[in-house]
Amino acid sequence: MDVLGHFNYWVAIALAMVGLYAVTARGHLIKKLIGLSLFQTSVFLLFISIGKVSGGTAPIIAEGFTVYSNPLTHVLILTAIVVSVATLAVGLALTVAIKRTYGTEEDDEIEALDRAEDEQ
Amino acid sequence: MLLVFVLATGIAAVWLRNLLASAMLLGIYSLLMAALWVVLDAVDVAFTEAAVGAGLTTALMLFAIWLTGRQEKPPVRKPWFPLAGALITGGLLIFGTIDMPKFGDPQAPAQVHVAPYYLENAEAQTGVPNVVTSVLASYRGFDTLGEVTVVFTAGMGVVVLLGGLRRRRRTDET
Repeated sequence: MDVLGHFNYWVAIALAMVGLYAVTARGHLIKKLIGLSLFQTSVFLLFISIGKVSGGTAPIIAEGFTVYSNPLTHVLILTAIVVSVATLAVGLALTVAIKRTYGTEEDDEIEALDRAEDEQ
Repeated sequence: MLLVFVLATGIAAVWLRNLLASAMLLGIYSLLMAALWVVLDAVDVAFTEAAVGAGLTTALMLFAIWLTGRQEKPPVRKPWFPLAGALITGGLLIFGTIDMPKFGDPQAPAQVHVAPYYLENAEAQTGVPNVVTSVLASYRGFDTLGEVTVVFTAGMGVVVLLGGLRRRRRTDET
């Protein structure tokens, strides 16, 4: 098995796991969103790595070049970047709304407040 | 080398308890990612990442941190369960990559399926030499319209979430 041949994929997976850890382990809602965006960029890295061709150049047709990298993954990721920013914006707006309603943005404190309200 | 830097800034952004520093690190991370996209031949993705990822995302993050608070409180319990979950998932995914084609292989399935068709015919059919642009705006124009709808919906959501609160507070005061 070739170690260098898969290094890009492994870095993408490592980033995804850092993101997954941040989403599950951290209580602060903005930190969870940071983890989510790390996970998203790791998927972008995986796709762009798949689209790369050795010795290729950017997929803009020009004279003197015959080998191009795969343009389709680039198109997919362009769409995904814009959508990821849209989801991040909604997530941050939700965080701000939660902070204004509950006065905190740590998920265990929010849960405690919810439970106290249920008991009343 | 760039990959190692990207990984290091990503881990640091999660590690730090100061959210302001985390947001700045996320900006640096996006900029490094943009450099990485150039190295991997994805120039269109690179300038979208630099403008949207490093610029807009950082601005949104700073705005949200300004509205909430910049310090994260120390952990209540040790995060062994999420750590184990992440490590096991990561191990399984790495096991899955062993069967993947080598990085940069011109004979990989992703390279020989429909990509050559676009590379050969895109300029003649759409008149745009940049294949990424021609696929995005011409072949998959409807998808891009859908993407605009997503962004519009997100914008509406943000306005409703933040504007609705302001209105409620005003009725409380009166």
